[in-house]
Amino acid sequence: MIRVGFLHSVIRPEEKLLIKEFQARDKVHLEMVDDRKLIYNLGKDKFDYDVVLERCINHSRALHALRLFESAGLKCVNSSQVAAICGDKILTSIHLQERGVPQPEVRIAFTEESTLQAIEEMGYPVVLKPAVGSWGRLLSKVNDRDAAETVLEHKATLGTYHHSIFYLQKYIEKHGRDIRSFVIGDQCIGAIYRTSEHWITNTARGGAAQNCPLTEELKELSVKAARAVGGGVVAIDLFETERGLLVNEVNYTMEFRNSIETTGVNIPRLIVDYVLQAAQGPGHG
Amino acid sequence: MVECPVCGGSVKLGEDTVQGELIACAECGTELEVTGVDPFTVAEAPKEEEDWGE
Repeated sequence: MIRVGFLHSVIRPEEKLLIKEFQARDKVHLEMVDDRKLIYNLGKDKFDYDVVLERCINHSRALHALRLFESAGLKCVNSSQVAAICGDKILTSIHLQERGVPQPEVRIAFTEESTLQAIEEMGYPVVLKPAVGSWGRLLSKVNDRDAAETVLEHKATLGTYHHSIFYLQKYIEKHGRDIRSFVIGDQCIGAIYRTSEHWITNTARGGAAQNCPLTEELKELSVKAARAVGGGVVAIDLFETERGLLVNEVNYTMEFRNSIETTGVNIPRLIVDYVLQAAQGPGHG
Repeated sequence: MVECPVCGGSVKLGEDTVQGELIACAECGTELEVTGVDPFTVAEAPKEEEDWGE
């Protein structure tokens, strides 16, 4: 019997598909672990799971819960290290850079003045992103100096301290689409185009999903990006450019509700396979 | 069948509904969370927070 702790808060379509897949397996005991009810007793916790699958909706809870489970000796998918890196765009970019994964030009600054200087040096347009955030929220495409001054003042004045850590990315003209690829372990299992008339193409923001054929370049770069952040079960966002594919972001609690029929790949089945394999052997999670 | 806590409309739940599941009220569109399955209970879903995502 393999005992799986399923770490979650609200249950979205992805979690429901994963639950059904686990329930269809023999000799698997699934225990639902709601992060809203968890209390850790540091140093004294004994959890009766062979592996924990993280499917939280809050990044901060996921990150700390994973580290606490690891501290109690559990394998986790994904690991807290992967969550820490992917949950922070600055750390993601550092890891991509250090492992030679191509990405758009990135600059980071900590004050309004230095950020404005960085933007002027990069040239317009640039995209200003919160280091922590998802679903395309609070992204700003800064087209000129007036916009830059306004956005920076608003972020510094109205935001929490997180919003005064300025992550700048050179704007990439993506002609209405980008690519989301899915990596499990050492395999890129599928990909979609995300198409939108808006420059933000996240499906959470209305971007439409279409199948994207897996080329050797796409597979190789996706796996390389996944390894750069520590591996596991991740989704890679990529831009198509004249100088080849560039990695934009890596997501560690990937959503896939729009990608199963689109790709023809049973993504929850492959995730469950990976989690059960991780429970039984070293070198996963 | 349970009552939507926002509009009072009827919310249908399937046999495979699980605790914590997000559903939408067909009458008012409010996102609801299934807070219990025996018996079925629902509440307004949590509001999106800054660190929500994937």
